[in-house]
Amino acid sequence: MSIIEKHTILEKSPTLLFIASFAVVTVGGIVEIAPLFYLENTIEDVEGVRPYSPLELAGRDIYVREGCYVCHSQMIRPMRDEVERYGHYSLAAESKYDHPFQWGSKRTGPDLARVGGRYSDAWHVDHLKNPQSVVPESIMPKYAFLADTPITGEYIQDVMTTHRFVGVPYTDDQLANAASDFTVQADPDADWEEMLERYPGAVVSNFDGQPELTEMDAIIAYMQMLGTLVDFSTYVPDETR
Amino acid sequence: MSTPEKDEATGTDTTGHTWDGIKELNTPLPRWWLWTFYFTIIWGIAYTIAYPAWPLVNKATQGFLGFNQRTEVASEIERFNTMNADLRTALAEADLTTVKDNPDLHNFAVQGGASVFRAQCSQCHGSGAQGATGYPNLLDNDWLWGGEIEEIAYTINNGIRNETDDAHYSEMPAFGELLETEEIDQVLAYVQKISGQEHDAGLAEAGMSVFADQCSSCHAEDGTGDKYQGAPNLTDAIWLYGGDADALRYTIENARFGVMPAWGKRLSASDVNAVAVYVHGLGGGE
Repeated sequence: MSIIEKHTILEKSPTLLFIASFAVVTVGGIVEIAPLFYLENTIEDVEGVRPYSPLELAGRDIYVREGCYVCHSQMIRPMRDEVERYGHYSLAAESKYDHPFQWGSKRTGPDLARVGGRYSDAWHVDHLKNPQSVVPESIMPKYAFLADTPITGEYIQDVMTTHRFVGVPYTDDQLANAASDFTVQADPDADWEEMLERYPGAVVSNFDGQPELTEMDAIIAYMQMLGTLVDFSTYVPDETR
Repeated sequence: MSTPEKDEATGTDTTGHTWDGIKELNTPLPRWWLWTFYFTIIWGIAYTIAYPAWPLVNKATQGFLGFNQRTEVASEIERFNTMNADLRTALAEADLTTVKDNPDLHNFAVQGGASVFRAQCSQCHGSGAQGATGYPNLLDNDWLWGGEIEEIAYTINNGIRNETDDAHYSEMPAFGELLETEEIDQVLAYVQKISGQEHDAGLAEAGMSVFADQCSSCHAEDGTGDKYQGAPNLTDAIWLYGGDADALRYTIENARFGVMPAWGKRLSASDVNAVAVYVHGLGGGE
């Protein structure tokens, strides 16, 4: 009975009980979470993955703001049916610059991890304005207001600076040109070569088909690059994973 | 803390705890529950030995079964590829015009093509291939870039007006910048006339010469279109962007620029051919 007698010491002191239970719960955290920060194969090195361009980043913020992740996942699991439908399974590296990640937990709509290049810009405009016009059986809400909401790159440099603060390797060059890169990506007539050098694989297009820059441009710029950065014809899976 | 004692009414020990004279019985757990509990602990330990589990210094333990999800999915895909290897190779290399003479291959192509179509094509062309405004109906026999099975396969492979070099390409001028409003009214009436709609006869008469000057090089003199340029036939009742006066005026003034991705970059050669066979067989194929 001696151990039970000693237990009363913990039970009778709220402070001691709190400290002891915290210590017990911490074990789970250390075993499950801590290794992810030091194990080398948590995120394998993959060629092609880069931080988001300013316009893509703004589009991503709209994606988060509108709660797209509530119905759409961005995580193709390593299972044959998913790979056949959506493309190569997602790699950890492909979302390593996501803060927060958009893996999602429920598919009311389809997975979007590799939606880039799958549809034309005009389809995205039609679909976001009125999803049922192209997919009659869809239950997605209409986001027509995106095309009427102008957007500027006024604050995008601040957003990128914040992302750099949490570990996204934006260079000084990328930060300095944030506002101009923001606009040229949606203007095929502009001088976008340097923007493409800073963000290889970015899509330059007048996404929404309107002269002015709108939230529609930003979110389609984001959609059109999703899952396109890694060249899977040359990718070799890491055997240790 | 008082010591446990035997409860007289039930014959069970008490825990020894008392609160204002109330005592708590220390009834043992049912034996089946207890054994299930012990079993889950043993199962848990065995599982972490068999499967990847414990994080160590450089990597986690790999487990004695050698399970790896990536190898698993790769071998699962390989298993199906091997089963279908003969049909896939045959389909990838097939002369599409003769696929229908080989019942096994034709059946494989139609079924496989249908499932690729539902996953990849239906979002624009509709789950029944009925199309939508701006996205062609594939069930009718009106084809912008040709409805022969080989032409359909080429279009699926290379797409339309995308960034690849082999894509079909043509661009209608935005006539709003080139013609006077009056001329647009006239040519609009003429298009309504040749497509058999209600029209203003006087305007249409004048529009005939505008059409001959501006439109006939692509849409042909009689307005029946040109599949080498993706110029639609204007004399039938099939309209990609709508055939009413407002839609026609918008098309004439601003032009249209429909884009289709190059699916050859995403799908295997046999999948492309399977979709071509499926689409060709939907009823409109030439």
